[in-house]
Amino acid sequence: MTSNNILTLGQKFSVLIVDDDKIIRRIHKVLLNKFGFESHTVENGKEAVDLYLSGKHFDLILMDMEMPVMDGPKATRELRAMGVNNMIVGVTSRGLDSEKQAFTEAGLDYCVEKPLTSETITSLLQELAKK
Amino acid sequence: MEGNHFQRQAAYTRKTLFDQGYLDEQFIQLEDLQDDANPNFVEEVVKLFYTDSARLIRNIDLALADNSSHFDFEKLDDIMHQFKGSSSSIGAKKIKKECTQFQEYCNAGNLEGCTRTFQQVKQEHATLKRKLESYFQLTRQAR
Repeated sequence: MTSNNILTLGQKFSVLIVDDDKIIRRIHKVLLNKFGFESHTVENGKEAVDLYLSGKHFDLILMDMEMPVMDGPKATRELRAMGVNNMIVGVTSRGLDSEKQAFTEAGLDYCVEKPLTSETITSLLQELAKK
Repeated sequence: MEGNHFQRQAAYTRKTLFDQGYLDEQFIQLEDLQDDANPNFVEEVVKLFYTDSARLIRNIDLALADNSSHFDFEKLDDIMHQFKGSSSSIGAKKIKKECTQFQEYCNAGNLEGCTRTFQQVKQEHATLKRKLESYFQLTRQAR
């Protein structure tokens, strides 16, 4: 795979991968690293919220919908209520439009199906580069 | 020369896994991520899947064995959803198909259908494991 850093014009973006599935965390981490992201992973929404409460910040959050302890919609609502305004992209394997709609209304910028593909990452990078 | 022989065998085995419908394009996505920084990425992810899915299979077996008066199909569907998601992540096409069938029986409240289909899920799970183990052994020998 050729370098995709050209899309970022040299800027290194940070991403927080929030997913209870260790396989997805591993795949997404490697995929995003190939695109030049600095990635950090956590297992549920509460860990994501706690990271932000500790002062950490990321350019992009990839938020799984269904997780134990705190799910994606709840974590997204809490992060937005805290004033977090970076891009949050919901990632789900549930196909129902109503579920995706509800998740989006929690405060997502986009909702995509998992596992992520190179094409999806390219689109997200383009959106991030615009900000 | 021997390396070439194993290379050819590995390539043939890989092709049959796709031709016979065991794997889909998600497996190719994993292969695309394998490089010098992650030289055994595909095998690593597949191993992760088989470790994790063993736990999910145990949980589904336990849930199916539940003899209480009100059977919890929602819980069963939730566990299967996780299992199907993991199967999708490695491109396990036949396993995914059986999982979808299982979920249809869940939604219909058909315990007998779930139990029967789960046997198929486990069979496909075991078959793919065997085939991928052979394939990875060939790729190692081909290096």
